[in-house]
Amino acid sequence: MSEPLILGIETSCDETGIGIVRGTQLLANEVASSMDLHVRFGGVIPEIAARAHLEAFTPTLRRALETAGVQLKDVDAIAVTAGPGLAGALMVGLSAAKGLALATGKPLYGINHLVAHVAVGLLDRADTTGPALAPNTAALLVSGGHTEILRVGSLTDDVQLLGSTIDDAAGEAYDKTARLLGLGYPGGPAIDRAARGGDPAAFRFPRGLTMPKFEGTAEAPGKHRHNWSFSGLKTAVARAAEQFQAQGLEIPVADIAASFQEAVVDVLTAKAVRACQEHRLTNLLLGGGVAANSRLRELLAQRCAQAGIELTVPPIPLCTDNGAMVAALGAQLVAAGVPASSLAIPADSSLPVHRISV
Amino acid sequence: MLLLALDTSAGASLALLRTDNDDAPVVLHSAETQEPNAHAEWLAPAVTEALSEAGVDGAEVDGVVVGAGPGPFTGLRVGLALAHALAEGWGIPLHGACSLDSLALRAVDAGITGEFLVTTDARRREVYWAHYESDQEGSRLVGGPFVGGAAELPALAAVGAGVGLYPEQLRSAELGSGSAAWTPHAAELGRLAHGALTGQLQGVLCAPRPLYLRDSDAKVPAQMQAGSRKVGL
Ligand SMILES: [Zn+2]
Repeated sequence: MSEPLILGIETSCDETGIGIVRGTQLLANEVASSMDLHVRFGGVIPEIAARAHLEAFTPTLRRALETAGVQLKDVDAIAVTAGPGLAGALMVGLSAAKGLALATGKPLYGINHLVAHVAVGLLDRADTTGPALAPNTAALLVSGGHTEILRVGSLTDDVQLLGSTIDDAAGEAYDKTARLLGLGYPGGPAIDRAARGGDPAAFRFPRGLTMPKFEGTAEAPGKHRHNWSFSGLKTAVARAAEQFQAQGLEIPVADIAASFQEAVVDVLTAKAVRACQEHRLTNLLLGGGVAANSRLRELLAQRCAQAGIELTVPPIPLCTDNGAMVAALGAQLVAAGVPASSLAIPADSSLPVHRISV
Repeated sequence: MLLLALDTSAGASLALLRTDNDDAPVVLHSAETQEPNAHAEWLAPAVTEALSEAGVDGAEVDGVVVGAGPGPFTGLRVGLALAHALAEGWGIPLHGACSLDSLALRAVDAGITGEFLVTTDARRREVYWAHYESDQEGSRLVGGPFVGGAAELPALAAVGAGVGLYPEQLRSAELGSGSAAWTPHAAELGRLAHGALTGQLQGVLCAPRPLYLRDSDAKVPAQMQAGSRKVGL
């Protein structure tokens, strides 16, 4: 069999993504974002996102098929995000995927969104002779909806969660802080921009879960050694800003933004790199929308280089949520002979990362 | 003509209907679930089963009919998303119909005459409703669909689950067939769509887009409101 032709559908948050791949070759990656509709709310509103998915589904599908120059009947399987994500949003993509699978008679693969963020790293690599995925790969996924570090032994049957946020996702912390500082939405780019003119050392904001009682040691790791927490940071930023306000002084937005960003990026990269070292993972893939953040990329690259870890950052349109990543994982599952999903699969908003397909 | 009809405006239902000419369509298969929140898992396998039970290949289906609501948002979208994808996958037309029309047809079949209301559960102490009338000339929509409190509706005989929920405010039509508990069914929407597609009925089909009738309820946080560039926690 030649490389499988896979259609991937992603609707777990505010992007309606349809991607088409042949094996590891990217043929189409069409995304319709409802982000503009959420701007005035300062965050993604699940009902608005779900409504937008239904509106965008068919036009986005048609664009993807046209871009790829293929027809639905040529596709070997339909892959769709089954979780984790916003339940109502997931259900739109899942129901549509079932309809396409049913109408075309092709197998359905309900897949894990987080693992798909890693699978996207396989697409359109310059060197296709090497192994599909470097052995000992870790993935750091950072977005408005998730913040995780994974160990990926195999994309099709061995993914382990090493650590994650215990409260807000990093991207969510950016959104909330940007809202607090009146910088608008989405917070990531807004804070990145504001931080450029600021002093990252002006404020010493907390690095969550870094106290010894949480971290323990490499030999006797504490419960939260590889976990993050960003809710305390958000409170510290609010308190700092309030102090200026109470004295009738102008809030030093650039300094606060830069110091906030430094706190997020410092703890994210420090913990991610240490998790790699302690699990002897020598390759790290960065995924999720926050991968676009300039300071995160800079500091992560620096710390990976110091630790002898090879860092891969896919092109940004493949880091943010998209259908191509879903298709990329679907292609791996099909090639590995993993059984297809039933048409009765539910959306699972908290699908654990070790469940690669459902 | 072979039509597949789906509705997920209250519970979930489907029907496969066939006609050879302008005759009334024959329901080859119909199924439903009242299980709340199970639409997403139930519907697609139920379509597969309907096709196999009826012994037809999906490629023979000439059109998909979908209930556009009104109904609770998440469930409603399950039917619409599936219907859009089926129509796209089969390369056939997709037709929408107001889900409340299903109960209007059932009431007319049960012998209702004059003006009447169809009401279904809109949760939050409200009903989805529409105003119909039936006489010698036939039956027609007078107004709706709307969403509102049962007490605000015109004082007319009513059918549908709204009546069972708000018996104080709504007067049950005396049809003697459990009409105060009726919920829409795809089989009736399929019959109505067939009538429309064969030119026997007018004003039945609508765009296959959800009739939400309510906004998303999202509130703009104080910090995001115009001109705010200050801290407020
Ligand atoms: Zn994501």
